[in-house]
Amino acid sequence: MSALLDAILDLGPQLAEHVLLCAAAVALGITVALPLAVWASRSPPVARVALGFASLVQTIPALALLALFFPILLAARSIFGEDLPTLGFLPAWLALALYALLPILRNAVTALANLDDELIEAADGLGMTGWQKLRLVEAPLAAPYVMAGIRTASVWTIGAATLATTIGQRSLGDPIFAGLQTQNWVLVLAGCFASAGLALVADALFGLVERGFAKRRPALVITGALLALAGIAGAAMSLVDWRGETRETVVIGSKTFSEQYILGRAIGTLLEDAGFAVEYREGLGSAVIHNAVASGAIDIAVDYTGTLWANELGRSDNPGRAAMYDQIVSWEQENTGVAVLGRLGFENAYGFAVTQQTAEQYGLETIADLAAVAPQLTVGGDPEWFERPEWTTVRDAYGLRFGEQRTYSPTFMYNALVSGEADVISAYTSDGRIAAEYLVVLEDPREALPSYDAIVLVSPRMAEDEALAQALQPLLGAVDVATMRQANYAVDREDDKWPPERAAQWLLEQVAP
Amino acid sequence: MDPSPPAFLRFEAVGKRYDDVHAVRDVSLDICSGEFVALVGASGSGKSTLLKCINRLVEPTSGRVLLDGEDVLAGPPAPLRRRIGYVFQGIGLFPHMSVAENIALTPRLEGERLPEARIAELLELVELDPAMATRLPAELSGGQRQRVGVARALAGDSHLLLMDEPFGALDPITRGQLGERVRRLHDDLGLTTVMVTHDMAEALLLATRVLVMDAGQIVADETPAALLAGAGGDIAQALVDVPRAQARQLARTSEGIGE
Repeated sequence: MSALLDAILDLGPQLAEHVLLCAAAVALGITVALPLAVWASRSPPVARVALGFASLVQTIPALALLALFFPILLAARSIFGEDLPTLGFLPAWLALALYALLPILRNAVTALANLDDELIEAADGLGMTGWQKLRLVEAPLAAPYVMAGIRTASVWTIGAATLATTIGQRSLGDPIFAGLQTQNWVLVLAGCFASAGLALVADALFGLVERGFAKRRPALVITGALLALAGIAGAAMSLVDWRGETRETVVIGSKTFSEQYILGRAIGTLLEDAGFAVEYREGLGSAVIHNAVASGAIDIAVDYTGTLWANELGRSDNPGRAAMYDQIVSWEQENTGVAVLGRLGFENAYGFAVTQQTAEQYGLETIADLAAVAPQLTVGGDPEWFERPEWTTVRDAYGLRFGEQRTYSPTFMYNALVSGEADVISAYTSDGRIAAEYLVVLEDPREALPSYDAIVLVSPRMAEDEALAQALQPLLGAVDVATMRQANYAVDREDDKWPPERAAQWLLEQVAP
Repeated sequence: MDPSPPAFLRFEAVGKRYDDVHAVRDVSLDICSGEFVALVGASGSGKSTLLKCINRLVEPTSGRVLLDGEDVLAGPPAPLRRRIGYVFQGIGLFPHMSVAENIALTPRLEGERLPEARIAELLELVELDPAMATRLPAELSGGQRQRVGVARALAGDSHLLLMDEPFGALDPITRGQLGERVRRLHDDLGLTTVMVTHDMAEALLLATRVLVMDAGQIVADETPAALLAGAGGDIAQALVDVPRAQARQLARTSEGIGE
């Protein structure tokens, strides 16, 4: 229990950014929804279009909506210039504001449409102008219902904002995603409790304002609004760096799995030792991280040659490990300005893993052996796997026809294999659980699966920075797969779980004693 | 013919059509300052529509309405309406404003503050306790609410008072009292009043001139005395017959008790 409390108390900065993000999103939602509602109340076609659009937005899953803003903003750069951020606060803010639109708009439109006809006749008959009618009659009478909409929007937004982590915006989703990847349930619970608690507080405060409007008690309205504003102001104050330091900050990005967290922390530690100020953007989607480096939203990330080969270079051939690396380095140089600092030494490739029992039962040693029995087996993969060209290539190279196909989050994939829900999974070769569970990784005699050398990418902004390159030198070529597996397992295992920082420290000790 | 001075309120061939329905057709009419005109007729006869053509809650599709010689459609509607007192069956007191705030609304729309003394005076005019100024409409009875409605209509110092079935939702006793009160205010303040009602007895008791409407047209234009003497034609007389028959029946009943 006290571990949970500690974890929650550690979430100060995440909570503060979460509050500011949600406040900004709801504020933008209100700014757009209220004038739109007034316009809609004067014009039925506008009401139909506006409500239709808001409802449509609501049907898009929040995660997808957040992710969609990355390409949208990337395209918008042709108008607003290259400095337009494509990750972090801006896309999260815009997506959440869109999400907040519907409840506010719907409540406001309904409230205005259902005002007593007699009051409208009286307002007109007395000689009110349109604006006077809005200010003196419609707004005060619709206020409780509009407030109820704002209240709903706030609670939704606070929940959905946890997903902002995946596009590089710090939020209470950080501990949830980090915990989910490393099976650190205390961290997951801490994030959940914190965001649920925040939602309850917001609900209570806006409930107070709503009651104040409904019962015409301004004191309640003012109390609720002031408390909410105080919370937002407090969040903002807590984030101001009072020391006024102006060191340039290096932003390190990580994808959503343990190895990435560990390597990110290891890189961060080396940079801090070299005098850099460091910030972490953890839990980035695998698909966005390369663009994040290229666009300068983050400065350093570890990526894998095979991933870039397929996703960025759009290639499906397999030239071999060394040639692939060389071609990627020169491709980055020519096309994105991203510097490839070097290889870390290990590969985190895709491979088919089975339990020892399965391997013995079917006599499996290679993927070719697997093809013969595939129709009787269930294959599991992470959400990306079955969409990737590697899957198609390896499937066609060996004629793999599995009986059933399931997707799991990377964390649960290994559990599914061990518990027998899946018979074979698309494992990652550097994963600590391969050693820990005595899993068998099947050989790939036809070399259908490309290599996945871990490489360090540096943003164009920092590409020429000698001190940075110097600081990271000890990591290059120094991390072998056994060391990486061990570090990963220390974070992923059920008992005596290490936080990624500690595993990073251990890794650095192995690499540069 | 002598050119007479323009009437205070003049209807020139006014018509109002909703798609295929003629709510009002070709009404021409002069109303002089100081008249108390009752518009009487069955439901759907067009009397409310005609009344609302004056303060532009309804805009005529043909003809025009002149107030003090000016076409009411000439300017924006809001300033016109502030010059015209309007009382209607729905009352329309704003529930989030006190009695005083409701009464002070018309001056407020012009950016003026109505002094408390004037609010008290208006409340007294409609026979309400000035202490009621701080109450909310929800705390008042129906009769009290419509009295506030009348006070609100008078607050703009308008010379013209329009009333659309003003006492329709009130109990008979309140209805009688408030009707008499309004008639006295009409006389004392020198108002011109146009009142829509479906109750011929009310019209005969309060008005100086009764217009009977049928199917969008005015079919009789008489004084109460002339109507009671049998003028105005069949439709008007059918309406007058209702209270007349009631009065005879009441007289017979009371004679029966007397014997």
